[in-house]
Amino acid sequence: MQDRRGRPRLPRRPSQPVATHAETDTRIRLRRSPTSYLTTAAATILLGLLVAWLVVNLVKSPSYFFTISFIGLTNGAVYALVALGYTLVYGILELINFAHGDVFMLGGMFSATMIISVFNLSAHPSTGPMIAAIVVSLAVAMAACGVINATIERVAYRPLRGAPRLAPLITAIGMSFILQDVAIAWKGPSYIAVPQILPTGRVFTIGGTHYTWDKFIVVVITVPVLIALMWLVQKTRQGKAMRATAQDRDAAAMMGINVDRTISFTFLIAGALAGAAGLLYALYFGQVRYDTGFQLGLIAFTAAVLGGIGNLPGAVLGALCIGFIQAFNEGLRWHSPGSDWTQSIVFSILILILVFRPEGLLGERTPEGA
Amino acid sequence: MRLRIRGVVSAAWWRALAAVGLPQERWRALPKLRRRAVVAAVWLAIGLILVALFGVWRTSALVIAVVVYLLALPWYRRLTIRGKPIGPWVPTAAILVIAITYPYYIGDLPQLPIFGPFPQLSTMVVMMIFTMMALGLNFVVGYAGLLDLGYVAFYAMGAYMAGWFASNQFAKQNVDFGAVGLYKGATGFHFSIWLVLLMAGVATAVVGVLIGLPTLRLRGDYLAIVTLGFGEILPQIARNGDNLFGTGFNLTNGTGGITPIDGPGFGNWAGQHLHLPANYLTATNLDRVFFWTSLVLVLITVFCSARLRDSRLGRAWIAIREDEVAAAAMGVPLMRTKTWAYATGAFFGGVAGAYYASYKSGAFPDDFFFQISVFILCMVILGGMGNIWGVIFGACFLAYLDREGLANVGAWINGHFGTHLDVPLYEFGIFGAILVIVMLFRPEGLIPSSRVAEEFHEGVHDEPLYDVVTE
Repeated sequence: MQDRRGRPRLPRRPSQPVATHAETDTRIRLRRSPTSYLTTAAATILLGLLVAWLVVNLVKSPSYFFTISFIGLTNGAVYALVALGYTLVYGILELINFAHGDVFMLGGMFSATMIISVFNLSAHPSTGPMIAAIVVSLAVAMAACGVINATIERVAYRPLRGAPRLAPLITAIGMSFILQDVAIAWKGPSYIAVPQILPTGRVFTIGGTHYTWDKFIVVVITVPVLIALMWLVQKTRQGKAMRATAQDRDAAAMMGINVDRTISFTFLIAGALAGAAGLLYALYFGQVRYDTGFQLGLIAFTAAVLGGIGNLPGAVLGALCIGFIQAFNEGLRWHSPGSDWTQSIVFSILILILVFRPEGLLGERTPEGA
Repeated sequence: MRLRIRGVVSAAWWRALAAVGLPQERWRALPKLRRRAVVAAVWLAIGLILVALFGVWRTSALVIAVVVYLLALPWYRRLTIRGKPIGPWVPTAAILVIAITYPYYIGDLPQLPIFGPFPQLSTMVVMMIFTMMALGLNFVVGYAGLLDLGYVAFYAMGAYMAGWFASNQFAKQNVDFGAVGLYKGATGFHFSIWLVLLMAGVATAVVGVLIGLPTLRLRGDYLAIVTLGFGEILPQIARNGDNLFGTGFNLTNGTGGITPIDGPGFGNWAGQHLHLPANYLTATNLDRVFFWTSLVLVLITVFCSARLRDSRLGRAWIAIREDEVAAAAMGVPLMRTKTWAYATGAFFGGVAGAYYASYKSGAFPDDFFFQISVFILCMVILGGMGNIWGVIFGACFLAYLDREGLANVGAWINGHFGTHLDVPLYEFGIFGAILVIVMLFRPEGLIPSSRVAEEFHEGVHDEPLYDVVTE
């Protein structure tokens, strides 16, 4: 191994940072058991209040509650795709890829371009062109975002692999801003409206609330992508290489795994997921702007942390939680803080999780990324 | 790429030298000072020619060239006064004099190619304020090596402290404590700005400690994301704070912000007897007094930076930055030391924020967003983490770009290439590019401290084996 000046690089210390981190956490908790009880009590009370608030809202107007829940589910599906990208990359490189949200935004831009300029669709098209447009846009957005993400890794992160941890984090922030400006240069600084091409008829009805097709399609696209990802990581040779690289890069390299290629592949997959999310966002929310990705990226990152970063099912679970929390906060009528406070609430969750339970909801942090 | 450019330049240099009759060996044999003198002279000559060709020539360009030339050569290293060496102080003193007298010769300066005229005084004030913030962030990022992506929260806190204690915000109260320029029957808290600056610093430091206590035990990138979270939460509270929790309590006046905020001033007595400006906002040369005051504030910050860096605490910060495990093993209390870094950084951020609010006469929530945090971080990284001169340079340069430079450069580009680029629109992309380029090619910054440079090139603080928690 050589560093970028051509001198031999010292091998990394034979550390297993993820595992040791978990050990340290246990140690802290053992030593601080009285505080830990307090924390548990406080968390229980908070959760109890949350549940009570939800129940009151449910009782007051059930149909409204279900509408909001469906919105939450849809939000959560989009967040899940983005959060998976964060968690994949973090699992393998221990890097918070700040640019990921902006890759997602570019995915939205690609999709918007496909729908508006290539397929020339306006609102409420017939089914055939709609499906064709969605499938082709999905493929284009996934491919383009995957390539962009892998390129970012090649240009901005790989040269810094031996550098102090903060160096790639800083370039990630830089890349995020660069991508935003690419979007500004391409599409201008205002919102791009995407026509409402998804049908809004009902799929089924619960408690007087219609579950509409546009929300259903978001879930319908998300679920197979998730299953494919699980299959890829768990069952394929490449997935095994990813898990091995995440666990111990040096050992993986010694076992003949091409670490650089595996990392590139991970970024490709993460970017593709972001691209899919971008399409869904553009279709469902109907507007994209250069800074859409940054805000949503932070929310999705929170979701990844909430579920336990590096943990794929955790990311999905966390994303659903955050999606519901956001929808409830913005939608429910009885004593909800409202959308002005969404960000504060999401970030408070992030901070609380990081401080009190850095391993996330799904327990032990698994280094495999699965 | 970079090496190739260097190779071309150095080849041209040797050829030029040989043409004047100085082959490489003879050149190398010359004393170092003389070589440096020649190199500096060549650079300055190139600069002067460029100004004459592409800028706007004024005779003062020659004076500037001479001054820069004298400063670039270390002839003063050995200077002594009564046996005491004063060499290291010469550049500092010279730059200080140049800065203090800036308002007097600003009209006579030449215009640079591409960048256009030198910054105006109002821009200089902002540059100084951002220098202060960058120096404050340097405590956290540069000295202690903790990445803080929410520094804007401290800036906001300082600004709102000024808003609360030097405006009509709380109209039910009526406290006047040394404020200047109040109209009759003014309500609200009106403390003297000098006191408010201090209060803002202390309050912000307290906020910094409150944020730091639970979070500083997190590892580097987690800490970064938590600070980012706080940096988003505090401005959002400011934005929504006109009706907190539905109680109708107006803390921050919401999106309208708090305005007007009192200006600084020394009062009528000092104005008549000491010839100090009684009220900055009504002073004849408003920007001048604001500029000099901000210069004093920067000086105080620089002094604290330098002294703290060399103190026991500062050495502990640097030890933590280089290797947390080793520092903890040597008995450095990690949490306390990191919290102090945080509090110190927050203090200066708060003072700078309060001063800025007083200068702008307002605290508006739209001024506080994530990009500002990265903007300040970019200053620290571009200039050189941990190096005071570097941070000052980075802050001045980027704040200048933000206020005037990018617009000038954009005008130049559009004028020469017939394009219609809105360069300031791409401001943050440019800063992002600066971050990436600096990190890839010169991670220690333009004016690095030798210690940081070594760390980056040796990779001293690789991942710690364990997260150490003491106390």
